[in-house]
Amino acid sequence: MADSFKAIKVTPSVYWVGAIDWDIRNFHGYLTSRGSTYNAFLVVGEKVTLIDTVKAAFKDEMFSRIASVVDPQKIDYIISNHAEMDHSGCLPDTIAAVNPEKVFTSRMGQKALVEHFHMDASSLTPVDEGETVDLGGKKFTFVETKMCHWPDSMVSYLHDEAVLFSQDAFGMHLASHERFIDELDRGVTDYEAMKYYANILTPLGSFIEKTLTKVASLDLKIDVVAPDHGPLLRRGEDIGGVIEKYTKWAKQPPTDKVVVVYDSMWGSSQKMARAIEEGLSDGGAKVKMFPMHDSHRSDVITDLLEAGGFVVGSATMNNGILPSIADVMCYLKGLKPRNLVGGAFGSYGWSGEAPKILNATLEEMGVEIAAAPLRVMYVPDDKQISKSREFGLNIAKKMMAKL
Amino acid sequence: MAAQKYVCEVCGYVYDPETNGPESGAESGTAFADLPADWVCPQCGAGKDQFSPV
Ligand SMILES: Cc1cc2nc3c(=O)[nH]c(=O)nc-3n(C[C@H](O)[C@H](O)[C@H](O)COP(=O)(O)O)c2cc1C
Ligand SMILES: [Fe+2]
Ligand SMILES: [Fe+2]
Ligand SMILES: [Zn+2]
Repeated sequence: MADSFKAIKVTPSVYWVGAIDWDIRNFHGYLTSRGSTYNAFLVVGEKVTLIDTVKAAFKDEMFSRIASVVDPQKIDYIISNHAEMDHSGCLPDTIAAVNPEKVFTSRMGQKALVEHFHMDASSLTPVDEGETVDLGGKKFTFVETKMCHWPDSMVSYLHDEAVLFSQDAFGMHLASHERFIDELDRGVTDYEAMKYYANILTPLGSFIEKTLTKVASLDLKIDVVAPDHGPLLRRGEDIGGVIEKYTKWAKQPPTDKVVVVYDSMWGSSQKMARAIEEGLSDGGAKVKMFPMHDSHRSDVITDLLEAGGFVVGSATMNNGILPSIADVMCYLKGLKPRNLVGGAFGSYGWSGEAPKILNATLEEMGVEIAAAPLRVMYVPDDKQISKSREFGLNIAKKMMAKL
Repeated sequence: MAAQKYVCEVCGYVYDPETNGPESGAESGTAFADLPADWVCPQCGAGKDQFSPV
């Protein structure tokens, strides 16, 4: 086995033994421009506990890092906080290789792991909500975080060193050799944390609010937050900062930002988009334009998470909307962004269904329609450009009035 | 006797026939067993088979 990978010490008894995925750019449809990490942790006391594993393809890297601290055969316990395969992918192989005394998981985690790997349910030890266990002198408390972001999700708290193993919560897709957020560029980590929340957690705001309230009521002293992706947090300001951001994102208060998403075949809907942008800006809005021929849906939702307006445009093609717009609207509808005002527009030739279809989708998404769908036959003339500008201005005015 | 409540194992939503609001899509007082077979959890979308009595 390759032995080039070493563990990184987090606290006196906690080691990071995960894997760095420098290559990944498509994480179930989410553009991971900076790669990712799959974080696993080893807690070494009188007994040895492994917390989560890594994606199946990275098993050797994890074992190499474990072996730099202890013989993997010495692992007594495994805690599986989350059943998704980026963290459980090599759990069955790890169980087979180290034969642990117990594998702890939530009740839903037990069910999900059995459904994934068709393993014997009795090889897993389900834990109760709030249960505390002593693992060789290391005291852990397990807290269910149902639907944050899967039914099985839980977090584990190590009392002795005040470490919260938070699974996917508070993480980000960011490959780096640095293991702590304070060693990285703040602009990059702020953006990637927001992108992670936006793409994974946006539809689950009500669950996140409840879970944050529950965890706060436990009054745990947290010195380190150790998520399953990206850097760890060890400074009070970073930990407080991310909790504050999650609290805000769960509510999605509207802002003065408008996201404009559009695509065009012959440039007419694009001309409308440019005029609409001018109108929105005249109305005091900050505009973010996404030409969907070369933009990624996961960047659109990242901007929408902190927006107050959403405008979408498409040319009409074969009595419908353009495929690039269908893609992003399908994705956004599922993510259920809230507290937005907006409208739909587009150029057409003879039937002009696209703006109507998009307006209906906006309504289904709960977007408050601030201006009736704007349609232009073929190429917009000066008057229609003015109308487009006005359309933008009206949306901005309605949006700004709500702030 | 109080009506039997059911909890969604997936997300923790509790269906209580006595206090169920409009989010449940059911008339007040409807027993869990009398909900249509295609009824889903109003919080997470899971089917009736994912509920257990509580
Ligand atoms: C971001 C995300 C959201 C999901 N949302 C749902 C959901 O709403 N309902 C559901 O039944 N499964 C949901 N799943 C679970 C997947 O459908 C499940 O993992 C499935 O086995 C994936 O199939 P595949 O291997 O063909 O991709 C979700 C998974 C991910 C990663
Ligand atoms: Fe996950
Ligand atoms: Fe994950
Ligand atoms: Zn549910």
